[in-house]
Amino acid sequence: MADFKELPAGAPVAQQVTNWFENRFPTAFDAYRVHMSEYYAPKNFNFWYIFGSLALLVLVIQIVTGIFLVMHYKPDAALAFASVEYIMRDVPWGWLVRYMHSTGASAFFVVVYLHMFRGLLYGSYRKPRELVWIFGCAIFLCLMGEAFMGYLLPWGQMSYWGAQVIVNLFAAIPFVGPDLALLIRGDYVVSDATLNRFFSFHVIAVPLVLLGLVVAHLLALHDVGSNNPDGVEIKAKKDANGKPLDGIPFHPYYTVHDIFGVGVFLFVFSLIIFFAPEFGGYFLEYNNFIPADPLKTPLHIAPVWYFTPYYSMLRAITSEMMYALIACVLAGAVLGVLKAKVGALIKGAILVGALVIVALMLAIDAKFWGVVVMGGAVVILFFLPWLDFSPVKSIRYRPSWHKYVYGIFVINFLILGYLGVQPPSPIGERVSQVGTLFYFGFFLLMPWWSRLGEFKPVPDRVTFAAH
Amino acid sequence: MSDSPVDNGKRTWLIASGCAGAVGVGFTAVPFVSTFQPSERARAAGAAVEVDIGALKPGEKLTVEWRGKPVWIVKRTPEQLAALPKVDALLADPNSARKPAELTPEYARNEHRSIKPEILVAVGICSHLGCSPSDKFQPGAQPSLPDDWAGGFLCPCHGSTFDMAGRVYKNKPAPDNLEVPPHMYLSDTRLLIGEDKKA
Repeated sequence: MADFKELPAGAPVAQQVTNWFENRFPTAFDAYRVHMSEYYAPKNFNFWYIFGSLALLVLVIQIVTGIFLVMHYKPDAALAFASVEYIMRDVPWGWLVRYMHSTGASAFFVVVYLHMFRGLLYGSYRKPRELVWIFGCAIFLCLMGEAFMGYLLPWGQMSYWGAQVIVNLFAAIPFVGPDLALLIRGDYVVSDATLNRFFSFHVIAVPLVLLGLVVAHLLALHDVGSNNPDGVEIKAKKDANGKPLDGIPFHPYYTVHDIFGVGVFLFVFSLIIFFAPEFGGYFLEYNNFIPADPLKTPLHIAPVWYFTPYYSMLRAITSEMMYALIACVLAGAVLGVLKAKVGALIKGAILVGALVIVALMLAIDAKFWGVVVMGGAVVILFFLPWLDFSPVKSIRYRPSWHKYVYGIFVINFLILGYLGVQPPSPIGERVSQVGTLFYFGFFLLMPWWSRLGEFKPVPDRVTFAAH
Repeated sequence: MSDSPVDNGKRTWLIASGCAGAVGVGFTAVPFVSTFQPSERARAAGAAVEVDIGALKPGEKLTVEWRGKPVWIVKRTPEQLAALPKVDALLADPNSARKPAELTPEYARNEHRSIKPEILVAVGICSHLGCSPSDKFQPGAQPSLPDDWAGGFLCPCHGSTFDMAGRVYKNKPAPDNLEVPPHMYLSDTRLLIGEDKKA
């Protein structure tokens, strides 16, 4: 506990007021110092470092607009669709609040995808920031849940059939699946019960978890300190006062810096809200302006753009593709037995494990494995800190060809996303199968390829030219 | 940390009471998880539906709602019926042998999967992820379908295809044929969906 501080008589009133509060609530003052005025961030941040702050801004936008939408929305299968139209047409400025919320959802994913890619580029997930990355991945999972459940609420055709498909994903799990899907829906089909519980999760349960994770993400980040484009630890070189030589206080330097980024972001955000809120059917799909009809699936159904890469991977797993996957599992096991530097017992375990997996792959429907692949594509991100064995963190000091690997990874992800929007086709199916293998190969083979090549010397201090 | 030695007796009781508390929390979770189950009202809804198919012409489809799901009644043309055996080799389960108890009642375990050859009654929910397939009765090449398409249904979600008897084609995401619900004829043109003579 901090000592009670007495000011000398005649101190200025402002100082006295501050002192009165500091004596009674020192935690707030400490927090300000630890997280703002004395949080030293590397001085060489580039534009990639704006997306964390922007994600926080979008979170606030979503919470505030959400609160106002709930004042007019009716979570009832008979009333929901009409209440959203009521918000759009009859509630004064309701259209703006609603478009801010629906565009905010897409903006959230744009910002978070870029934020994650930044982490990938500069090795921000490497020791000692593994937990920062894991909390971040958990936030990403929560966001996906939040977006999915929120999309049911307008009770349009896409809401209904999207929920039908995703809930049925759970039904593919052997033995417990059908009962689990029943528990999620609360009915034998997606119905009023489903809408009500999704509303509850979307409005209170998931946001609470999300906020907790955001706090954990930031606290863990501020404990270990931010990474930077050079991947150099600024805490390794400190001045006489123990402050990092290459660090500058978050406030005022990065608060002012971020305000500029916020300005640019809000400019683009407003352009979309006012001129293209549906964004050509990508942010709000046209079929969702038709009320939910349990008897008729729209002719073309696709999830919102931010889910489509994963949706493509789901579609890629056909019974034919299973043979390719079985070959991959066997090849992986053989490679593990031949190359891994572990004991004979573990090698035996690898072989037995692989055979069990292959037996399961032959026994259980491809449908279930599609779900496993789709889930695995997100879950694999959690393991990234332990897959990357490159001797340097930042892409700047990696072999040049690593940049092409990352480039192809991004292009592959975009192609998968594009295919997920398109109706199924034989060529698209093949391309998405190759893309799925590349996506998993990128991560699973990372322990091998990330150490290959000629690495460049990493400087002692960050590279920074004053401007 | 304090320097005083650990009182092991007390610690054992602390651990024991902690475990007892955890068991209590587990039991308290039961009613909360139970609320996720379908309510009594949802369980009660599920009565059989009676349909008049007198006006249904060959090549036409009628959709009725049963237990919240679409049930299709298709009156197949003689050409469509004649095409059924020709695609057998391309189907995953032409004889409705998979999960017969759930998907195909005994009286529908035949080439046309129906009681009367021309009338198909099937739940229009794809066995993959629960979308409702669209009608693609017109044979021949068309988008998302093979060039030698014999007529049937296409699921818009993941591209599974079914023939005119609701049998799934091989190597598609959907593992099973469309479900044939329990049904029976009350008269020549009156169909009862949801109940059959066995029940």
